[in-house]
Amino acid sequence: MTETARSPSASTPEHPSAPLLRMERIPHVWCPGCGIGTVVKCFATALERSGLDLDKVSVVSGIGCSGRVAGYMRLDGFHTTHGRAIPFATGLKLGRPELQVTVVSGDGDLVGIGGNHFIHAARRNVDLLVILINNFIYGMTGGQNAPTTPQEARSSTMPFGNFEQPFNLPHLAASSGAPYVARWTCLHIRRLTWAIEEALERKGFRFIEVIAPCPTLYSRLNKLGTGLSEMRFYHDNAKICHGADTRDLGVGFHQEIVCGKFIDEPRPTFLELKDRHYEKQLGDKYVPLPDEGGMIHA
Amino acid sequence: MKANPAGVLTGAHFLDGDYACGEGAMAAGCRFVAGYPITPSTEVVERISRRFPTMGGTFVQMEDELASMAAVVGASWTGTKCMTVTSGPGFSLMMENIGLAVMMETPCVVVNVQRGGPSTGLPTMVGQADVMQARWGSHGDYEIIALCPQSPQEAFDLTIEAFNLSEVYRVPVFLLMDECVGHMTEKVVIPAADRIDVISRQITDKPPNEYLPYEVKDRPVPDFARAGEGYRFHSTGLTHDKRGYPEMSSECQEVCVRRLLDKILDNVDEIIRYEGEHLDDAEVAVIAYGITARVARMAVQEARQQGIKVGFFRLITLWPFPENKIRALAARVRGLVVPEINYGQIVLEVERCAAGQAKTLSVPHGGGSVHDPKVIIQAIAEVLR
Repeated sequence: MTETARSPSASTPEHPSAPLLRMERIPHVWCPGCGIGTVVKCFATALERSGLDLDKVSVVSGIGCSGRVAGYMRLDGFHTTHGRAIPFATGLKLGRPELQVTVVSGDGDLVGIGGNHFIHAARRNVDLLVILINNFIYGMTGGQNAPTTPQEARSSTMPFGNFEQPFNLPHLAASSGAPYVARWTCLHIRRLTWAIEEALERKGFRFIEVIAPCPTLYSRLNKLGTGLSEMRFYHDNAKICHGADTRDLGVGFHQEIVCGKFIDEPRPTFLELKDRHYEKQLGDKYVPLPDEGGMIHA
Repeated sequence: MKANPAGVLTGAHFLDGDYACGEGAMAAGCRFVAGYPITPSTEVVERISRRFPTMGGTFVQMEDELASMAAVVGASWTGTKCMTVTSGPGFSLMMENIGLAVMMETPCVVVNVQRGGPSTGLPTMVGQADVMQARWGSHGDYEIIALCPQSPQEAFDLTIEAFNLSEVYRVPVFLLMDECVGHMTEKVVIPAADRIDVISRQITDKPPNEYLPYEVKDRPVPDFARAGEGYRFHSTGLTHDKRGYPEMSSECQEVCVRRLLDKILDNVDEIIRYEGEHLDDAEVAVIAYGITARVARMAVQEARQQGIKVGFFRLITLWPFPENKIRALAARVRGLVVPEINYGQIVLEVERCAAGQAKTLSVPHGGGSVHDPKVIIQAIAEVLR
């Protein structure tokens, strides 16, 4: 082996996703073993592979651990209010249709406080890619019960175990009209990356749920071990079943997690329907919004 | 800059205040409106949704007022002039994302056609009881701008003004209408587009590698970058530094929030609009706004005929409050009479500014109708007694 002189930069190679990250903000706030960073890496890789003009990609987050994603991506990024990432993103998309608007946020944010916005954006089929990181708990505030907490799982506000029925998120999205619905875990980094890449090519309300470990709270409260133990659990208990009936996709406590792509059926987006409808109704009088938006310096 | 003719319905019209407000928005260049139906404001968005498709505008009826306000803040970051329209109960729901707009320094206009409250209150009847909510309704310290029209013509004019102020100061601007002004029909003259001045936010001329989204130089408001232009900026509702990055420290809080206040407070003379009548020889002044200003003017004229030296001061800008004007007025008169369709809100500001220089008298009204001018005349006499 030939010896070569090594520059300091060669000895500490840049992270492959560095161009898409705000490296000056690293280290991030996430705990060791948390799954959010894995999702960020998959998202960044998918964006790089997508061939999209990244200057035209926006990322919008709400509040919570996953709400911090927008702050670490070197994209136009908006860290908004709790639960309102989707309507904020709706405004961005409708204001400048050429943008590829993505929402990355958590389960409590998007389907707890933001649940109403979630179902309506899916119904309207607004052109948004929504990546929901589901750790089954409110992490940032200390492990309170979430609308996704499986029955019997403990949380800080259900210390004797949760008795409420949680959401089955792929079914919620599909029945609200989402044309693309998938679920993966943080272990499935290649499949998750492919799913994000594929979803970036689709239109309309695209929904990807990512099951992620929260070793600090969910795992600790439920004696599930470390983040690595959760990854082993995913390895042993995740079952891939593309096209599964979304009614069967509920997640029980420490039980099998069905993953895969469940829905991939294009339907016209809000903006396509709007243009089509007004062209029919108003003919030449209709002035569509230009792709670059109704900007102030027209 | 002059208005884009596409949005300007030049001519003399017979319009109610809600329609006139909608026309004002379109003339000002508003091209995105998100809203949720609520009486007595809905006619504004009905007007806009009929006319928007012919001028490249987008109206979207959202699932609630939380979403409406969030969508408006999002759309504004594309460089589009944006508005939402509501009344009291919806205004309460919008407070969360009004705070976000304040913190992110997002230009937008929020119209509140006030009805009687609290809660569902008097949905179809007049109130002016949201004026303190407009000032303080979202949590934390901030300054906003609120304008208060007294007629459909002014609903048109002040809606344009609201957009202009919002663009200059990058702050939500409220148009605090009331049900009477919203539903009264009068002559509204819409000038030619080249007679309407419109202002747009200052767009940065820096290249992306030199741009910091919250850096200010020679003016107190940062230059704006639209999403999608390669700036790859970050904006957050958290306390942030000039890069837009969160920083959790009292030092950063002081810099970040202080500027949000000072950009308004240091420019009150530029922002504040008011008008006065018969103030030169006045021993007492009536201070009023919105529909109540028209009732109060009637009372002032009648009291003048009775020989009482009474003047009239109309608040057009409610927030920031014209402290110096009211303080100076209080120094010249013996009494200040403040009729308003609530149980005493703006009178608290008047009393604060008067600081004992003049006796201040509230003329409250719970809502559902306007004052009887006689009650105001009685108050004028009482304050002089």
